[in-house]
Amino acid sequence: MKERLTVLVCGGTGCIASDSDEMLIVMQDKIKELGLDDEVRILKTGCFGFCGQGPIIKIQPDNIFYVKVKISDIDEIIEEHIIKGRIVSRLLFDDPKSHKKVKAHRHMDFYKKQFRIALRNCGTINPEDISEYIASRGYEALAISLQEYSPIDVIKIMKDSGLRGRGGGGFPTGLKWEYTYNQDVNQKYIICNADEGDPGAFMDRSILEGDPHSVLEAMAIGGYATGATRGKIYIRAEYPLAIKRLEIAIAQAREYGFLGTNIFGSGFDFDVEIRLGAGAFVCGEETALINSMTGLRGEPSKKPPFPSEAGYKNKPTSVNNVETLANIPAIILKGSDWFNTIGTPMSKGTKVFALAGKINNIGLVEVPMGTTLREIIYEIGGGIIGGKKFKAVQTGGPSGGVITEQHLDTPIDYESLKAIGSMMGSGGMIVLDEDDDMVEISKFYLDFTQEESCGKCTPCRIGTKRMHEILERLTNMEGTPEDLDILEDLANNIKYTSLCGLGQSAPNPVLSTLEYFREEYEAYAYRTKKTAYTIIDDKCIGCTKCARVCPVDCITGKVKQVHIIDEAACIACGACYDACPVNAIEKP
Amino acid sequence: MSDINITINNMDIKVPRGTTILDAAKQVGIHIPTLCHLDLHDFGVVNKTASCRICVVELENRPNLVPSCAEIANEGMHIKTDSLKAINARRNNLQLLLSNHPFECLTCIKNLDCELQSLAEELNIRDIYVKGEKMDYPIDYSSNAIVKDPNKCVMCRRCETMCNDVQTVGVLSAINRGFNVTVAPAFNLDMLETSCTYCGQCVAVCPTGALTERSDIGKTWRALSNEKTHTVVQVAPAVRVAIGEMFGLEPGTISTPQLVSALKRLGFDGVFDTNFAADLTIMEEAHELMHRIKTGGRLPMLTSCCPAWVKFIEQQFPDLIDVPSSCKSPQTMLGAIAKTYYAEKMGIDPNNMKVISIMPCVAKKAESARPELSKEDVFNVDYVLSTRELGHMIKEAGIEFNKLEGNDFDSILGESTGAGAIFGTTGGVIEAAVRTAKELMTGETLENIDFKELRGLAGVRKATIKIGDMDLNIGIAHGLGNARKLLEEIQKGTSEFHAIEIMACPGGCIGGGGQPYHHGDVSIIKKRQDAIYKIDASKPRRKSHENKMVKKLYDEYLNHPYSDLSHELLHTSYKPGEKI
Repeated sequence: MKERLTVLVCGGTGCIASDSDEMLIVMQDKIKELGLDDEVRILKTGCFGFCGQGPIIKIQPDNIFYVKVKISDIDEIIEEHIIKGRIVSRLLFDDPKSHKKVKAHRHMDFYKKQFRIALRNCGTINPEDISEYIASRGYEALAISLQEYSPIDVIKIMKDSGLRGRGGGGFPTGLKWEYTYNQDVNQKYIICNADEGDPGAFMDRSILEGDPHSVLEAMAIGGYATGATRGKIYIRAEYPLAIKRLEIAIAQAREYGFLGTNIFGSGFDFDVEIRLGAGAFVCGEETALINSMTGLRGEPSKKPPFPSEAGYKNKPTSVNNVETLANIPAIILKGSDWFNTIGTPMSKGTKVFALAGKINNIGLVEVPMGTTLREIIYEIGGGIIGGKKFKAVQTGGPSGGVITEQHLDTPIDYESLKAIGSMMGSGGMIVLDEDDDMVEISKFYLDFTQEESCGKCTPCRIGTKRMHEILERLTNMEGTPEDLDILEDLANNIKYTSLCGLGQSAPNPVLSTLEYFREEYEAYAYRTKKTAYTIIDDKCIGCTKCARVCPVDCITGKVKQVHIIDEAACIACGACYDACPVNAIEKP
Repeated sequence: MSDINITINNMDIKVPRGTTILDAAKQVGIHIPTLCHLDLHDFGVVNKTASCRICVVELENRPNLVPSCAEIANEGMHIKTDSLKAINARRNNLQLLLSNHPFECLTCIKNLDCELQSLAEELNIRDIYVKGEKMDYPIDYSSNAIVKDPNKCVMCRRCETMCNDVQTVGVLSAINRGFNVTVAPAFNLDMLETSCTYCGQCVAVCPTGALTERSDIGKTWRALSNEKTHTVVQVAPAVRVAIGEMFGLEPGTISTPQLVSALKRLGFDGVFDTNFAADLTIMEEAHELMHRIKTGGRLPMLTSCCPAWVKFIEQQFPDLIDVPSSCKSPQTMLGAIAKTYYAEKMGIDPNNMKVISIMPCVAKKAESARPELSKEDVFNVDYVLSTRELGHMIKEAGIEFNKLEGNDFDSILGESTGAGAIFGTTGGVIEAAVRTAKELMTGETLENIDFKELRGLAGVRKATIKIGDMDLNIGIAHGLGNARKLLEEIQKGTSEFHAIEIMACPGGCIGGGGQPYHHGDVSIIKKRQDAIYKIDASKPRRKSHENKMVKKLYDEYLNHPYSDLSHELLHTSYKPGEKI
């Protein structure tokens, strides 16, 4: 019997952290209690992507998208929507531009411009049920590959499609597979790199949580194409839900014969094993990842040799990122020509970005390559919070740089981002507004990289530490103008002489902010930087709110008279700024 | 393999495929400075971590520089080793290393023998352009053999390569992350708590003062200046062919007479030769081997002169501790004889005697403190100085080594044969044993004393020596990784050998951790080996059993080899340990 309603409860990590798991149970119990379990089906899905609005509950076929749901809202959803068919409008998404309630996700700006390939099943199927994946044409691509194509055909489709590695490097996937295929060795490996480590990036986790089978299917296809019979997923242990769903998926796939021996009667054997990483950033670098998997210290080795020649256990190994893999079944099903029409001349398909920072709509977005940053930030992202002025967008995480207003109309692809001093990276995208201090932002990233450096090579081990120390000196108002020259020299030296990609890209946040916001560094270096908040006399109404919240009592003034901040005593905590009802306080 | 064409600094050259840029550059007289790189390919070791980034060079059309030590030259490559970009990058990376270095050069044990120091001079560093926090780790003085000062570590990882890949001991590896990375035992344990064998190969390759020997110089000076103390010194076979390097002499210079003179000038009361004890060891060991063969005892028998090797088998192969010979090492045999036979003869109270060994080794320091090598708190050997430490003492005393006339060892414990001399090199102990065993077992005089099939520098060597009707199968391994292979065969029961010689250090004692630093130049070790065989060839007596003083010792004191008193003074036992 077909159910009357299907309730999709987001089971992504973000929503679970806000009790969506418990909501699911409460709702199931209630529905059962009411005897409605025949007509209402409740499902846990993967991440919907609109994480800033979680927990999310979607009801089908009504196509209603409830946001920021609490456990206490469940009764109302059941009584009003499920029983009486009346929409609970207070739980609908509030459009930040029109301030109207939006019922269906497809009418939200956040989803309108998205084009989902890698995330195609996330939020629509139950990731813990293989039959739902199969119903979405799951494992059909593997069947076609094994029955209709030779490994060379599959590699050709990949090469023609123009798919490039989504983990950051952007290396053509087909070419990588071809190199591995060309190695005349009997044992080969395919590794899924799920060691997502960029701060703020979580697309790989969401894919694994929301659609684990797509990754398994792609690994099997890749194994067939390259000649690998063993697949390994290197995933960080901090992703327990993704690991659990992968384990379930692997067990189900084995049960259905999609993994194991003689898959689809083709004679092709392939199986997958999960290997847990301890969460070192550098283990996302493929040679470090392989070292870690082998039981060695997780640190990179010199390339060449590349893993496709000598990788895991010194055998040819293709290392592919989660998002890259998630694209592959779709490419096989729809063809390289279809994929090839999406994107820019050099970068095909889509890219998932983790949109965060001072932006209204926070979450995962998948857009065609060539979409401009302006579209992502202002249309999908709904613009800057509080109508503030856009300052820059940081892409590529600790390996990337900032992009300013002047480049907002750049169509995004691997090359264009590099040309403007940033990089695609794994797809982190943090929007900064006029209040953000670029030197502090750079310091944040350097703090991360110098701590996460494996310490193997001199420039990365000591150089990033020295850069961080200079940034510390500058922001403590103890720096000198010479520090800026040293900083730049150091940054270039690290970039050109570090052993691996992480070291080589570690100075990017500093180099790009030095290029576009040098005056902010100079303000510190020449010590002209204002460090205290000030009150704009003609705006102040003397409400005393600022003086009351100031933790160091450095604001004086009588009621209904202009207040004054003692700049020497101000600790720049910003409490007065937030308290002022008339925007009479200026930031340092 | 075919040659390829490349261009280095606008010079077109042909090099064999597979050549590194560093080696290619050497062919046209271009020296590229290196730090972490260590090429001991004769011993099967090339440290290719490419981590220091000092040897970086520029390639045409590549923005990033590449490490010339690890980058293989490709057809058509255009390489610039002397561009401003390359030179600056090298200088910058060196300055970064220096910015995290203690700058104790004037008081550092490696002063004037430090590769980092030389590099700073070579790259004309006059200032450190970037300063900041320095590492601040406690210095590990836990063992009495090796001192580890992580603050001087430059993360070249050479020690790690030696400890893991060559010696397969696996004590040292990188720990921590980022700026706090250093090389240490797991969990940053003290060296004393680990299964470190104190072979000292980490010390031998450390470019800085991060890994050095624990010095006994102070104690030795105090013993020498104490009139009540009778000081006895002994010199190991490998010291005399290397000590000259401390005074600018060519590697392989035989400095025995000068060395004896220097020791006498330093004030030692008895200057004896460990080679004498080596001959004594052969007497005991050959008899033990014959005994084991005749009585169907445990075979193969393994030599036991090397204390690093002894600690290795105790900890890594506790089930095999019945295979090594029970003979003490020559240094402790000499100590035991000095404190009994010699002491009695001279009327000296052993409590007022200090035996000081000059060894090419740091493991001998640890060995001297083993409780079973003492009797009622009187240790066979009191202090152990490395070849380097003795060099420092001679300099300290203002003795002009190169101008010394030369002198002979003191009698009683000073005579030695060619067989004792070759104890200093891989293959030497077993050759010395064969010379004696063959004559003793067959009763015939050897016509050919040189068993060349036992010599060389191959890591594992095998030979069969005919002794009467018996084919004596002999195995030789130097480097503990090679030793491990032979031990695993014994464990599996597939070993074909009757006797095996093992030395922990590549090359044997001539390549020991206490020798003057070779800085990666294997030819130095080869020259020392040549010198050892030269000493052997020049000796009037070349078989241990012909050593008159050894004979006298047996006649007057020990009765005969393998006697009860021999067992008490010259033999020892081993304890199973565990791997940490």
